[in-house]
Amino acid sequence: MIRITSPGMITTVQDLGRPGFMKTGFTESGVMDKRSAVVANTLCGNDFNAPVLEMTVTGICCDFIHDTYFCISGGNFSPSLNGVPIKNNKPYLAPAGSKLTMGKAVSGIRTYLAVSGGFAVPLVMGSASTNMKIGVGGLEGRKLKAGDILETGGFKSAPDLKKEVQKDVYPNEITVRAVPGPQDDMFTDTDLKLFFSQIYCVSPFFDRMGIRLNGISLKGKDGMDIISDGIAFGSVQISRNGQPIILMADHQTTGGYAKIATVISADLPKLAQAKGNDRIRFRRITVEKAEKAAVKEMKFYNKLAGR
Amino acid sequence: MKYSFLQNGDRALTVQLEKEISEEVNAYITALTSSVQDKHIDGVTELVPTFTSLMIVYDCTVIKARKLKAILSEIIDNLSVGVTNAAKVWDIPVCYDDEFALDIESVCQHTGLTKDEIITIHTSVPYLIYMLGFLPGFAYLGGMDKRLVTPRLESPRLEIFKGAVGIGGEQTGIYPIASPGGWRLIGKTPVNVYDPKANPPILYNAGEYIQFYSISREEFDELENRIAQGTYSPVCREVNL
Repeated sequence: MIRITSPGMITTVQDLGRPGFMKTGFTESGVMDKRSAVVANTLCGNDFNAPVLEMTVTGICCDFIHDTYFCISGGNFSPSLNGVPIKNNKPYLAPAGSKLTMGKAVSGIRTYLAVSGGFAVPLVMGSASTNMKIGVGGLEGRKLKAGDILETGGFKSAPDLKKEVQKDVYPNEITVRAVPGPQDDMFTDTDLKLFFSQIYCVSPFFDRMGIRLNGISLKGKDGMDIISDGIAFGSVQISRNGQPIILMADHQTTGGYAKIATVISADLPKLAQAKGNDRIRFRRITVEKAEKAAVKEMKFYNKLAGR
Repeated sequence: MKYSFLQNGDRALTVQLEKEISEEVNAYITALTSSVQDKHIDGVTELVPTFTSLMIVYDCTVIKARKLKAILSEIIDNLSVGVTNAAKVWDIPVCYDDEFALDIESVCQHTGLTKDEIITIHTSVPYLIYMLGFLPGFAYLGGMDKRLVTPRLESPRLEIFKGAVGIGGEQTGIYPIASPGGWRLIGKTPVNVYDPKANPPILYNAGEYIQFYSISREEFDELENRIAQGTYSPVCREVNL
């Protein structure tokens, strides 16, 4: 059990999402940065899907009520346990009464706290993920506030405290790989060339729904409007003003703007760590290469879990 | 029917039909969705049917795009969209009382119809649910009488109440949860079309129909109480249209 003493800017319970309901209008939800959540979970001895806390911009401060194994992964939020600085990507034991304090993001923009056994919240439609827009999942469907108490689940065995995983770095300029489509045919060759070569700047408007980018406007062949169709996590929609929005974990299930390309699954974690004024470049790859990258990412997760 | 595959990265594949909103194209999508569902393809996690397409979300570490396309092509080649008039129709009570019909005056002005005429026309035919999206349980309905067409509000409301029934251009529908929106409100249903504790959490599916019927303010209160006590749930009829 933990007690939140300072909730951070936007802290929610998330797991790997709420699949199976998109056809009725429910977004996928789940962690923005799957890699960090999986690292934190596996180092605690949890399944990949165990509920974690996702923190954005500023971290939490909390008290551990019982002896608890925990691990932090993702952005560097300068965590310390009872005043002693601790590392990301390494599990620790917090004896009952310990205090965890975290500050502002020094690198990245999101970080994840996993506890051994996972955070125990009632599942809604099979998932612990918080969907703040409709107010379901996690803790009462909302972000955490000071005074909240979170139960932790039971765990089978103590994690290996000597284990440590190399930390990801989050530079201010990144390249993400993307596959053209689903509506790349609505853009001219000049548009596509421009999209895959220019350096975009992340606007201050980025959240769990999407990341808005600014760059040289794309023209399109005949407008950006389409008959509303399904949206996938990572698809890059071009709005009427010619600027992209990358649709993230809390994206709407359907939409009426053309999507020029889709960021590959393996590169979504680093995209989830992008912040205002960061630079993003898209590199064009084939779906076959994207699939290889996804398999490689999955192998990395399985190796962490000792499988 | 002609179709093409659209790739959404390594995450999803869209089967795109002719880009025209029609009951015929949509019926094909509904039939395709249920065939793909029945096939229980390993790795497929979501099916998202829309007006003229079906998006299939999958885990590419389980199934690759190439194999998925081959399976889908086979399903499509063998798909027969039977000529059937059987339809599922949900009867949805709506109270058109002034208390809820915040914009009915402006619809009267725009259409030149009286309130009673608007209610009669709005409740006269079942509406096809072309797709769900935008919000949980938000149904894109087709088939509204042209006489009711009224443009959206010039500036959208910051919050529309749950259960609001409105008209937005050529479309009509229900707001399943409180949400910002620009539709003109003509009534309210006491029915919870979305209940996260229910299984399934959304009352209806794409391909089914909604038929509105008018209830009084008193009946609205009574139904709302019965819904709160769990002693009322909306009726779904199997009919031949």
